[in-house]
Amino acid sequence: MPDPRADSPLSESLPDNSLYVESALEIRTDAIVAEVHGASGAPGDAVKRRLGFGFWLAIAWLVLMTFLAAFGPMLPLDDPTDLVGKSKESFSSDHWLGTDKLGRDLLSRTVSGTRISLIVGIAAVAGGLLVGGTIGLIAGFRRGWFERTSMAGGDILLSFPAVVLALAIVSFRGRDLWDIVLTLFILSVAPILRLTRANSLQWSQREFVQASRVLGAKDSTILRREVLPNVLMPMASLALVGVAIVIVAEGTLAFLGLGIQTAFGVDDPISWGKMVLEGSKDLETAPHIAFVPATALFLTVLALNFAGDKIRGHFDVRESSL
Amino acid sequence: MGFLLRRLALLVPVLLVVSFLTFMLMTMLPGGPEVNFLGPQAVQDLSICDDPELDLNTRTACEDTIKIREELNLDDPLLVRYFTWLGNAVQGDFGDSVITGVPVSQTISERLPTSIALMLYAQAIALLIAIPVGIISAYRANGVVDKSTTGLSFALIALPSFVLALVLLFIFGKKLGWFPTRYDIDAAFRDKAKAMFLPALTLGLGLAAVYQRLLRTDLVATLHEDFIFMAKAKGIPARRILFRHALRPSMFSLITVVGIQVGALIGGAIVVEQIFLVPGLGLVITEGILRREFQIVQASVLVITFVYVMVNFVVDILYGFLDPRVRHARSAR
Repeated sequence: MPDPRADSPLSESLPDNSLYVESALEIRTDAIVAEVHGASGAPGDAVKRRLGFGFWLAIAWLVLMTFLAAFGPMLPLDDPTDLVGKSKESFSSDHWLGTDKLGRDLLSRTVSGTRISLIVGIAAVAGGLLVGGTIGLIAGFRRGWFERTSMAGGDILLSFPAVVLALAIVSFRGRDLWDIVLTLFILSVAPILRLTRANSLQWSQREFVQASRVLGAKDSTILRREVLPNVLMPMASLALVGVAIVIVAEGTLAFLGLGIQTAFGVDDPISWGKMVLEGSKDLETAPHIAFVPATALFLTVLALNFAGDKIRGHFDVRESSL
Repeated sequence: MGFLLRRLALLVPVLLVVSFLTFMLMTMLPGGPEVNFLGPQAVQDLSICDDPELDLNTRTACEDTIKIREELNLDDPLLVRYFTWLGNAVQGDFGDSVITGVPVSQTISERLPTSIALMLYAQAIALLIAIPVGIISAYRANGVVDKSTTGLSFALIALPSFVLALVLLFIFGKKLGWFPTRYDIDAAFRDKAKAMFLPALTLGLGLAAVYQRLLRTDLVATLHEDFIFMAKAKGIPARRILFRHALRPSMFSLITVVGIQVGALIGGAIVVEQIFLVPGLGLVITEGILRREFQIVQASVLVITFVYVMVNFVVDILYGFLDPRVRHARSAR
């Protein structure tokens, strides 16, 4: 249906509500909001064709973080676990971002914290997309009992307090990196399922899908050739925001003292959430110990949200063509 | 009325499923309630007790564990135990804490008011910020206020609550010293209200950013509706159009999310409760799981889920008040 407001001067580039809400609220909230709005985006939205400077800045930051996560240990930095300086030093030329309570270099610790955040974020969301995305895609396309069953399953997962689920899994399975990933993966399935279904539902009713059906294409072909390519870009944008949510969730678990205990056989890996927790005890005397990793976390989440939002607006062909 | 009853009937299965899942999850956790009574001596794997050549200590531990399990009916089937628990729970009896012996219902009724107060406080702050800002930025869409709040909202949303809490604690609690940095439950009401400001602000700022975006987008859409053009053509002043004509039909998303947040904030404000030491329901649940006090976890989850579904129910009714079309569609069914 053509949206008469799409070309009105007032409706310039406005980010989609559902994306804001996703990044801001508890995981279970998002899907409900997306359900309320439908996947179509709010009617006041329209598209700006250029991605803009901010988008590339965000991408640059994310590339930098990925680079640090991959090659951080090879950089000429102090060993993040060595006591290289005095306790609670402030910013200096020796230690650019200062040192923590034990005299460890905060720059190298923040750099090595990147790895945990990115692995957890990407792995959990990738799993969520694979499971929730696939089920949601089929549910929106096939409708019927499959849709009803999977939606009911999603509803139950969503109405269950996320914290209880997280804490229960963590105390049941232990706190290895992959246990935390598993926890956050389970929590991400239901929201992704709902959003993908909403998207898939919307595209499955378009004329070109019906045309394909009339021409006698098989369901699997229609799904793969007609629906999936259109759902992919909104999903990519959702994935970026999802990674941000999961990174914050991991940081929150770590901050509550329930973070990762072992990763790849290494005890007590460095994570941003845990660094903030350690620093929060010295807020009065040396606030930078908490705020350095907190800033890294904040900027990464901001970049992910921003990039996700821009991608959503940019690739929303439906809105721009009408 | 039929609609309301149908809607109300839907709540029962949700409560049953969620409470049963919690129950099951808690039973599956390693280190059951017997550990709380006996400490580490409790025998986890009762099959070793069949060994005839046990030393005396293990033998006693085995006997104790079996006795405790019998007392707590732990050997009954899961469903039997669940329905026993449920039967007591609907009568307000959630059992006693296995550690302190205090009735769970007492703990919850002590903590719930604090959680509700924090939630209301945070919602009030959020709405007081979001509604005016949302209206201004929708009315002058793309103006200075709109652009700057867009950026600010983005930043606030990207700020994890534990970071925002620390920033506020650092600035207003420690540097400026305007507010107490921790909550004292025995203090006078005025002091408690003051101590709760920073925790509520932490929650409220994050919510305000979301609420503001929701209201703004819906309001921008409404302002493009034909009936608004009609109102303008009739020469109705802008202020009246905004508040009397446009605001009400633009509140749907906002109301929905506010409702969801009512449920989410009760028991979900764990981080903030932890940092500012506010003794709310979120901390109770966390402690309950860590100490394996299952009765407390089950009871709290039931209470939270109940609040959650009831608020969503109320929100559903509110839709009818906001938009007469919803009301008509319902009565037509």
